[in-house]
Amino acid sequence: MAALLAGAGPGALAQAVKGQALTEADLIRFDKPGTVTLLHLTDLHAQMVPLYFREPSVNLGVGEVKGLPPHLTDQAFLDYFKLPAGGRDAYAMTSLDFVNLAKTYGRMGGMDRMATLVKAIRAQRGADKVLLLDGGDALQGSWTSLKTQGEDMVKVLTAMDLDAMVGHWEFTYGADRVLELKEKAPFAFLAQNIRSTEWQEPVFDAAKIYDKGGAKVAVIGQAFPRTPISNPRWMIPDWEFGIREDEMRSQVEQARAAGADVVAVLSHNGFDVDRKMASRVKGIDVIFTGHTHDAMPAPVKEGETLLIATGSHGKFLSRLDLDVKDKKVTGYRFQLIPVFSDAITPDPEVAKIVAAERAPYEKDLAREIGRAGTLLYRRGNFNGTLDDMICQAMLEERDVEIALSPGFRWGGTLLPGDPITFDAIGNATAITYPACYRINMTGKQLKDMLEDVADNIFNPDPYFQGGGDMVRVGGMGYAIDVSKDIGSRISGMTFLKTGKPIEADKSYAVAGWASVNQGVEGPPIWEVVEKYVARVKDVNIAPNSSVKVTGA
Amino acid sequence: MTSRSMAVHEPAHSRRQALKFAAAAAFAAVLAPRMVHATEAQVADELKKLFGGKTMAEGKVKLDVPEIAENGLVVPLNVDVDSAMTDKDFVKSVHIFADGNPQPQVVSYHFTPESGRAAASIRMRLAQTQNVIAVAEMSDGSLYSTKAQVKVTIGGCGG
Repeated sequence: MAALLAGAGPGALAQAVKGQALTEADLIRFDKPGTVTLLHLTDLHAQMVPLYFREPSVNLGVGEVKGLPPHLTDQAFLDYFKLPAGGRDAYAMTSLDFVNLAKTYGRMGGMDRMATLVKAIRAQRGADKVLLLDGGDALQGSWTSLKTQGEDMVKVLTAMDLDAMVGHWEFTYGADRVLELKEKAPFAFLAQNIRSTEWQEPVFDAAKIYDKGGAKVAVIGQAFPRTPISNPRWMIPDWEFGIREDEMRSQVEQARAAGADVVAVLSHNGFDVDRKMASRVKGIDVIFTGHTHDAMPAPVKEGETLLIATGSHGKFLSRLDLDVKDKKVTGYRFQLIPVFSDAITPDPEVAKIVAAERAPYEKDLAREIGRAGTLLYRRGNFNGTLDDMICQAMLEERDVEIALSPGFRWGGTLLPGDPITFDAIGNATAITYPACYRINMTGKQLKDMLEDVADNIFNPDPYFQGGGDMVRVGGMGYAIDVSKDIGSRISGMTFLKTGKPIEADKSYAVAGWASVNQGVEGPPIWEVVEKYVARVKDVNIAPNSSVKVTGA
Repeated sequence: MTSRSMAVHEPAHSRRQALKFAAAAAFAAVLAPRMVHATEAQVADELKKLFGGKTMAEGKVKLDVPEIAENGLVVPLNVDVDSAMTDKDFVKSVHIFADGNPQPQVVSYHFTPESGRAAASIRMRLAQTQNVIAVAEMSDGSLYSTKAQVKVTIGGCGG
């Protein structure tokens, strides 16, 4: 527990406001300002409007990080961070009693609310002492971001005076578009770990040094190292990624040599990868983590490095104040600020941008297609009811035996009774490679695929983990032992329609979407889902027990 | 996309890379013949042919390959052997093997003291997850070796 220190302490805010309405002032109350204030947003997934987002109930860690944060959920999470059950912290950071608490505490996020908090902190501290950083996946994840190819969010982040961002899903707009957005944006787009394939030259600036509060703060950017594997490489054919630990080491040295008092890494590695990197690359004061969507009310300390986890979808804003003396960080205070949308007055400037960006698509966004009979959520290592809905849509609309849906960690939550609008469908499907293909796969191919994806999540070496969750499967059940090696984790594959084992040599009709191959054919997944929802109207998803998990 | 059209565009050895995620997995069935891959034992045999049964020490050879291949068709490899490269003490040759490819021998480099440095870069195709092995033969006949595993993935749904 030595790792848990800092600030007013998790939960203190919850205590302070118990029994009374939460105010903006409560949210931005902070102990003692430091030399410099670092604000961190990450994995916004273009959610401009407040939403519900249920945190996972299953988020397993393997190997050395088994049972360590962020691999704690629900009661174990509350116990570890000493948070009360049933309060606003439990609502924001766990899945416990989610539906009831959602009704009490309301939607979270919204870029106009986020802007209000950022501006208030800047006003409090003085803009010259505040640095605002975005950890990537800001420009993708909604219908409007897809239609504007990320431009809606660039406008929002520009209005919030963002200083720097890094990337992952941004790259799925293609190399040309990323470079175009970078030119349009007044903020820096940093990546130390992207090289041109041909010449091995840096594609982006690796780092930038900011003068804030009299301290020199170096920010080194780290893009998602596995982008060309997890997402279509053909969209960024001339770029190579990778973790590039040696180059990161050299960036840290260069930053110090250039006079940096503070070295911060703005990372989209994923939490476990960042923790390993911090243990091997010395001299980093703080890593702002991203990609794995973890929200933690206190920093984790790895050696001398602080690891900050700010969650996703605009639910949180992290504030880290550092005391800097004699070119060194001598102290810190931290607050994970939950963005309770009902307690925050929208910032008029950003509210106007959000409205203007949504207006051309409002007819589509508002279209009500059906209703959620049960809670529809996505996040969790193995399945979520929203993905069960998508799999069911593929099974029925594409007339297949088995459906596969990618284990994305982004996508909002709908409460029972909520309308399923096209906006909501877009929030779970809006990608640039949406074709819902239909193919035949043998049992062996299905097993190889499950093994491969499982190794991407449960390889005990974090450098082999790509983030994301397990591929969602409809029409087929399986057992997984997460403690085993690749090739022997998956067993008991069952064809649910007949209850019979999946046969290795037998061919099955399979539908899926988000293939990283070029030239994939099929209707966009949002069309498939819309058709299905329009037909069934009330979407009721029964608890899914078709994945049996052991070894955790 | 049909299996057939993919089969036309993708040579058999690339199928592990082309199979990214579930999407086109079907065409593997069309590409009928199962590939025969080399094994560690075969690489050991090759080494025996080259150097007899001579033992190999660790060290001196720095092998730089990605832990996960972004594109199995062109996996970058850098090798650098620590040597003064003088007339009396230099690296004679460096041999690269991939123990899971149909042909395990990737490349052999030969150096002289005039080379100045025993370093080289190449891009190689890797058919599947496997070990890449580098063996350096020094001018006194001693051997140094190192190996690294490169993962070639069909999956990955990061998000």
